[in-house]
Amino acid sequence: MEERKMIEGTFAVLDRHLMVKMPRELDHHNAGRIRERADYFLLMDNVDSIVFDFEDTVFMDSSGIGVIMGRYKKVSCFGGKVYAIHTNERIKKIIKMSGLQNIVEIMS
Amino acid sequence: MCNSNLKETNEMELLFDASSENEGFSRVAVAAFMTGLNPTLEEVSDVKTAVSEAVTNAIIHGYGFVKQEEEVKNKIRLHCSTQGKNIRISVEDKGVGIEDVHKAMEPLFTTKPELERSGMGFAFMEAFMDEVQVYSVVGEGTRVVMEKTLGKDCE
Repeated sequence: MEERKMIEGTFAVLDRHLMVKMPRELDHHNAGRIRERADYFLLMDNVDSIVFDFEDTVFMDSSGIGVIMGRYKKVSCFGGKVYAIHTNERIKKIIKMSGLQNIVEIMS
Repeated sequence: MCNSNLKETNEMELLFDASSENEGFSRVAVAAFMTGLNPTLEEVSDVKTAVSEAVTNAIIHGYGFVKQEEEVKNKIRLHCSTQGKNIRISVEDKGVGIEDVHKAMEPLFTTKPELERSGMGFAFMEAFMDEVQVYSVVGEGTRVVMEKTLGKDCE
């Protein structure tokens, strides 16, 4: 398995999966930064799928849903998948309420 | 915990710049304000999410098209009042207003797909609060009023 260093603590590519460590508070203010960096990695690296890690996340609103939907559109074109890991009950609820449970595989 | 005085009231108002860095500040301020009501963690999360959605809407949609003058900055007015176990939150902007409020409130509807807005803002406000009302005049601004009664689990 190819393994690289976590870059700036939030992104890493592991075996063609882009790992994204989500911020503590995922709102509109923080969403732009995550979106831009994730898209940079999706372009530059050999990435098929994306894994959002919510371990540190204590708050998420609909801006976070926008980030997940947008990345799904990009990776799904090439058959990639979207995963969410370390999701607490709140994050799971918000993902389900938005109808994203069909496009995001929640692995807690 | 559940038998708080129904006549007890409290009130606060904030006026802040319509910039995204204030999204976190405003929801945390409301969360701190409502601690007197002895809310559950879930109730606090519900209110924080709803406030975040309303404030984000004001910034992106209310003032999204408005050119910011150097001297007069765009402002958001957030008013909170509590009575007994009930909290009422009003988020007001002097932005462009909403032409069709009914349509704006439809889940997944967004005027800004290019910004990857999910169109879930109002749906989240409605899901997490008991009542959501939107008053808007095109060219004058928008006011979102949300209410929630806490402690329903103990009834």
